[in-house]
Amino acid sequence: MNAKLRSLLLFFWLVGGGAALAQGFAGLGTDADGFAMPQPGYAFAFPQDHGAHPDFRIEWWYLTANLEGPDGTAYGLQWTLFRSGLKPGEAEGWGSPQVWFGHAAVTSATMHKAAERFGRGGTGQAGVTAAPFEAWIDDWRMAGDLLGSVQLSATGKDFAYDVTMRANGPFVFHGQDGYSVKSAAGQASHYYSQPFFEVEGTLTLPEGEVPVRGSAWLDREWSSQPLGENQSGWDWFSLSFASGDKLMGFRLRDETGGDFTSATWIEADGTATPYGDGALEATPLEVSRVAGRDVPTRWRVTLADRGLDVTVAALNSQAWMDLAVSYWEGSVVVSGSHDGRGYLEMTGYETP
Amino acid sequence: MTGATLAALASHWARNPLQFLTLVVGLALATALWSGVQAINSEARASYDAAAATLGEGQLDQLLPAAGETMPQDRFVALRRAGWLVSPIVEGRLRVGAVTLRLVGVEPLTAPGGTAASAAIAGRDLADFLGEGTLVAHPESAELLRAELSNPVISDASIAPGTAITDIAVAQRLLNRDGLVSRLVLALAQPIRQRPLAEVAPDLVLQRADGASDVGRLTDSFHLNLTAFGFLSFAVGIFIVHGAIGLAFEQRRGMVRTLRALGVPLDRLIVLMVLELVVLATLAGAIGIVLGYLVAAVLLPDVAATIRGLYGADVAGTLQIRPAWWLSGLAMAIGGALVAAAGALWRLSRMPILASAGGRAWAVASGRGRPLQGAAAIGLFALAVLLSLQGAGLVAGFGILACLFLGGALALPLCLALILKVGQSWSSGVLALWFWADSRQQLPGLSLALMALLLAMAANVGVSTMVSSFRLTFVGFLDQRLSAELYVDAAAVRDRVALERFLEARADEVLPILSVETELAGLPAELYGARVGATYRENWRFLEAAPDAWDQVAKGEAVIVNEQLSRRAGLRLGDSLAVAPGTTLPIAGIVGDYGNPIGQAIVAEALFRQAHPSVLPARFGLRTEDAETLRRALVEAFGLPSSSIIDQVAIKRFSLSVFERTFSVTGALNVLTLAVAAFSILMSLLTLAAMRLPQLAPVWAMGVTQRRLAWLEVLRTVLLALLTAVLAIPLGLLLAWVLLAVVNVEAFGWQLPMFLFPFEYAQLVLLTLVAAAAAASWPAWRLSRMEPASLLKVFAHER
Amino acid sequence: MPVLRGVTLALDRGESLALTGESGSGKSTLLHLVAGLDRADGGHILLDGEDVTGLDDRRRAALRRTKIGIVFQQFNLIPSLDVAANIAFQARLGGAVDKSRLDRLTVALGLEAHTRKYPEQLSGGQQQRVAIARTLAASPRLILADEPTGNLDEKTADEVMDQFLALVAETGAALLMVTHSPRLAGKLGRNIHLSQGRVA
Repeated sequence: MNAKLRSLLLFFWLVGGGAALAQGFAGLGTDADGFAMPQPGYAFAFPQDHGAHPDFRIEWWYLTANLEGPDGTAYGLQWTLFRSGLKPGEAEGWGSPQVWFGHAAVTSATMHKAAERFGRGGTGQAGVTAAPFEAWIDDWRMAGDLLGSVQLSATGKDFAYDVTMRANGPFVFHGQDGYSVKSAAGQASHYYSQPFFEVEGTLTLPEGEVPVRGSAWLDREWSSQPLGENQSGWDWFSLSFASGDKLMGFRLRDETGGDFTSATWIEADGTATPYGDGALEATPLEVSRVAGRDVPTRWRVTLADRGLDVTVAALNSQAWMDLAVSYWEGSVVVSGSHDGRGYLEMTGYETP
Repeated sequence: MTGATLAALASHWARNPLQFLTLVVGLALATALWSGVQAINSEARASYDAAAATLGEGQLDQLLPAAGETMPQDRFVALRRAGWLVSPIVEGRLRVGAVTLRLVGVEPLTAPGGTAASAAIAGRDLADFLGEGTLVAHPESAELLRAELSNPVISDASIAPGTAITDIAVAQRLLNRDGLVSRLVLALAQPIRQRPLAEVAPDLVLQRADGASDVGRLTDSFHLNLTAFGFLSFAVGIFIVHGAIGLAFEQRRGMVRTLRALGVPLDRLIVLMVLELVVLATLAGAIGIVLGYLVAAVLLPDVAATIRGLYGADVAGTLQIRPAWWLSGLAMAIGGALVAAAGALWRLSRMPILASAGGRAWAVASGRGRPLQGAAAIGLFALAVLLSLQGAGLVAGFGILACLFLGGALALPLCLALILKVGQSWSSGVLALWFWADSRQQLPGLSLALMALLLAMAANVGVSTMVSSFRLTFVGFLDQRLSAELYVDAAAVRDRVALERFLEARADEVLPILSVETELAGLPAELYGARVGATYRENWRFLEAAPDAWDQVAKGEAVIVNEQLSRRAGLRLGDSLAVAPGTTLPIAGIVGDYGNPIGQAIVAEALFRQAHPSVLPARFGLRTEDAETLRRALVEAFGLPSSSIIDQVAIKRFSLSVFERTFSVTGALNVLTLAVAAFSILMSLLTLAAMRLPQLAPVWAMGVTQRRLAWLEVLRTVLLALLTAVLAIPLGLLLAWVLLAVVNVEAFGWQLPMFLFPFEYAQLVLLTLVAAAAAASWPAWRLSRMEPASLLKVFAHER
Repeated sequence: MPVLRGVTLALDRGESLALTGESGSGKSTLLHLVAGLDRADGGHILLDGEDVTGLDDRRRAALRRTKIGIVFQQFNLIPSLDVAANIAFQARLGGAVDKSRLDRLTVALGLEAHTRKYPEQLSGGQQQRVAIARTLAASPRLILADEPTGNLDEKTADEVMDQFLALVAETGAALLMVTHSPRLAGKLGRNIHLSQGRVA
């Protein structure tokens, strides 16, 4: 199967079917036949909720890390496992309607390497177990205690990494106790994070092994229709400031104008304050030509309530994930009212 | 000035629509042939590739169970989890009604590109493929499946006949192999840091990809030749265009003179004429490309695929038409037109301003240039001989082709004039005398068209000879190399001694195939050990051999080498070859080897085992009366996967069916090129018709009816066509010989033997005569129905 | 529009008749009708007492091969045949070749040095002599000549015409000649002037 075709087909799966292709990421807003819907007031139960929720259409285990080599070189690292249900529920063997795909990447100011894996549920090639916690596809895995120590590894044809992560803070729930609203019309997801990982490990690059240390942030999110009909993509920020505070914020772009923003301010002790639509402002300052399209790679991000007014700049403007489903994902440097580092994900920037 | 000049130049075409038509249609047909051949060529390639991919799973390494026909599915999961990118395939025979199909189950998410599976599911709705249990099969098999199964079935001609592809879950269910996998295909790009396979999967055997497949090497040669003939077809068209342009330019000499006298600079005039030509060629080229693809679409089995191709869809196994093809077609048309016009433009640029404007000189002029043409033809033939003796490389091969082609065309009028002169001297009746003399008179005006006919006919003789020789050779080669009924791949068997004992007991004759990669005569080569028996003696054909070659080999006293080794190492029959340290044997035979790029030598089994005691037979050829029983016995006793047992009959049938398609295409090509040549004759005759009147009117006035004259006109054209066709046969054979014996050797290292096909040539001659008669009949009909007044005008004073 | 109206004339064996008239007076048309090259809309043409007006193409062609000889202004030789073959051409078409007659005509017209040459290698006067020889060699009963010397200069024209008339007289054939020159017309026995399709 050629790569182009594969990307189209997977796109169909990701968005759950048919005619949504032309609408790009906005297709996520189609109706959810038979899939469960996120409910406000849902009581999270652990460790079960670390595992998969096959009654929901899509789900991810999304880890990003900002690292530093012995010579001070900044690195970014991504490890993601996506689950996409063709139908709700789970079955044994090839009969499983669950499709899994993994994305891994390593970024520095001068290079960006990405890899992907595909697999079907039911055979053991890919999946997630809650207790003991393990998320895997092929030889990629994230396993351990999400409040303790976690092993993380991935390989591609030109890179690999093995790191150990130690959590030194609690889980953080976004929105209203983990019920994160994504549009004015009420689309929502269940969303919690573990942003307090300290990381130590090794990157294997073509030029050799590089010992690295730094911090990581895990997002757990599941839903059946997180985007509104007119929403064409999102810009998602996870920023860690020198002060010890952290910010999760996203902007969902609307084709008809009027973007939807949401944020969570996380204090050093894990105290989280949610902010609804409009509190967070994210304005592109500069675009770069990436993979034949214009993508904003320098932003002004403000949250007036916290006195936040920072410039967020890509470590490597060319951090394009040229995979079956392609998007921009890379490490960022924060300066202004607060200094720090973070990660930025941008989807739905189509070629003109 | 430019506008007025252009209008004046263009007015010529309005006054001479026939010439305009000749030019545009000629160029369009030439382009159509060229692009049609290109399209057909690429389609044929796609078919071969589909065959190779379906038969051999392409160019990918595979993991097979060391014992048994299947492995548990968790071997797939274990390998994936160990970082090996493998994709599972379950394969088996599925009884559908009265026949048995080969059912291949693939896993679309992990299937690497470049396999039959990925080609089969390309463009399909994958959710359906997974969810609905859809099967993809060759159209014939699809019919059967639809009748017997409730699953959705899609027809796809790119799948090998007798094969169906589906999702692994569906295949496991249909084959009763739940949880079982036949083999694992390894993706080309693997991640770094993998643990060794021996550690991860000690129970599996790695089977390396074949590299370039045998069929691939052979067909490459075939396609090179077809491409050469695409060029030849184009050359035929260019001859027509050359004629039309030459005439148009000559007739416009008067206009050019007047325009220059009125103050249009010569260079401006030439630029404008070139511009005019480019516009015309672009128009004709565009028509030609469309025609070419229509031709391809009609000739190819899948018309829908052609249409899909026109819109740029990149679908494996179907005709692909890309912008590059459009551009190359247009470039050929414009380039061809400019080449054809170069001479006329050059003459125009050298013409004194007050030169005579006599347009009729055109027909006569080419007659006057005959000695020059003859000299040029002899020069070209000499150059061809020189190139064949001294030249080296593909360029020389194609140089010889070009020299022969051009030389043959130039020599044609000379040869025809000679024959007609002899005919005239032998004729007795006055009308016969006039017929011959008048035919000679017509020769200059018709010679370009006749050259086109000569080239078309020669190209066709060449194509037929080449294609048919190729087919005979290939069939012979298959018979020789696949002489055993079954081939067993022993790589998957641990206890090969037991296998050998088993085979000895069950098969009529066991042919262990022992081979080792080594160096012979300083070149990389393969040494084979053969158990010389009836099979080798009866089936193998030598290019050259001592009378008792196999006896000598059997006794360990001689060696047999393939053509490649013989050519590259300069070894001949009787020369000595060191096959092992301390063992030097004379060469007793040289065999043709059309599927293999490197040198080979074959010695007796005993000698081989002595020299290489550690090498075990990798394959066994089995002679048996009952292949099916033996196959079942092998599967039961050793659990061999079905892909390890190759059925010779099936391979042959499939290979031949692929060839049949190509042959029908070349047959159609023959008809088309001849049609183009006939068109050229028709146009020449129509052009000449007006000039002919003064020559015909007196004969008519002296008492020969118009009807009679018309018959004589047809007869003359047919006679000239017959002479041309007969002259074309030796030229075509020469072309075929150069392709088979020179170009092939340079490109691929082996010579294809040339066979003659007199019946096909006779058919071609007949076809040529029919084409010529058809071309002549309309002008002749016009002559027979002409008002006497038109003839009388010839006698009028006021001409 | 009719070209000829109410033209009646008769010509006996051995007689010669000149048709004169302006361009477009219809004299060539009359000649073509007599030769069977064209068909009349009405009226009759009798040759040797046979009405040729109703004959089909085939019969008229046969007539031209055997009984009628035509000398054209443009000579109309067969360019692909040499002089000897041209002279013998019509006689052979009609199937009545007399070798000695061919030789005699060749000598009489001074062509013996040119028999191997092709028409394009000859002067105008020589070409017309070849055409005359071709006609006379076929021994026609009726000779039709259409401005036979119209393409020649005056001196050559007189020479050729005298030779032509002398040879015609020898054969005893009837001669119908179209000319616009009163001087040449005077050399013939009778003289008819056509004007606007009628005998003046």
